Amino acid sequence: MNGAGRSRPQGGIDLAAWIFMRVSGVVLLFMVLIHLFIMHIMNNVEVINYQFVAHRYATPFWRTYDVVMLWLAFIHGLNGVRVMIDDYVGSRGWRVFSLASLYVLGFMFLVLGSLVILTFNPAHPF
Amino acid sequence: MGKISKYITYRGGEGQLSWLLHRITGIGVFVFLLAHIVDTAMIGWGPRVYDWVMSLYRNPVALTGEVILAGAVLYHALNGVRIIIIDFWPGSTVVQKRLFYGVVVVFVAIFVPAAVYMFLAAK
Repeated sequence: MNGAGRSRPQGGIDLAAWIFMRVSGVVLLFMVLIHLFIMHIMNNVEVINYQFVAHRYATPFWRTYDVVMLWLAFIHGLNGVRVMIDDYVGSRGWRVFSLASLYVLGFMFLVLGSLVILTFNPAHPF
Repeated sequence: MGKISKYITYRGGEGQLSWLLHRITGIGVFVFLLAHIVDTAMIGWGPRVYDWVMSLYRNPVALTGEVILAGAVLYHALNGVRIIIIDFWPGSTVVQKRLFYGVVVVFVAIFVPAAVYMFLAAK
């Protein structure tokens, strides 16, 4: 053990996850802080409304930005929870159950989030 | 050793505190992300529904939560950089305490003005 985070795994999916956390973390540092700066400093919840989003999503730039940020942040968070379940849930049965629930719910949220960003069309509210 | 200490104990000192804060802020930000996916999804129901959902964020309690969320993201990001530095720069374990104090200093330098601005900007 010589790192501040988890020591680097030997290989396989654990090594891939370890590398992903660090690479996505660096990308997210910029993407999320820019997102927060624009939405919560330059603007705020007083001015964010339907019109604001319609204007913002009129061109593909922010949709692409948001969907990339969503996927990176979501998988980064999902993997963080996975690591914590491995750390804290001792019984094998509960661990399998927790992980299965995490993946099913995670998949549903990620699909919902992606659909919202990619299919939003101000002309056709359903 | 109490039961709780089993879950929050790691290596002691600054290393343990930074690790515990990293987990807590990580969980907090992820839970908010789930809520944020749902509130954004409401836009599919049109302007009336979405504008009502956004109005739920316009009160002092939500504003405080917003500021705490920004702080959690900022801490998690800065401490993440510290973790990466120590992982990829072998000599840095010697200065790991100083790296943590660096995280604290940069955090305060960015968070305090941002939090003050967010409270002042909200009507």
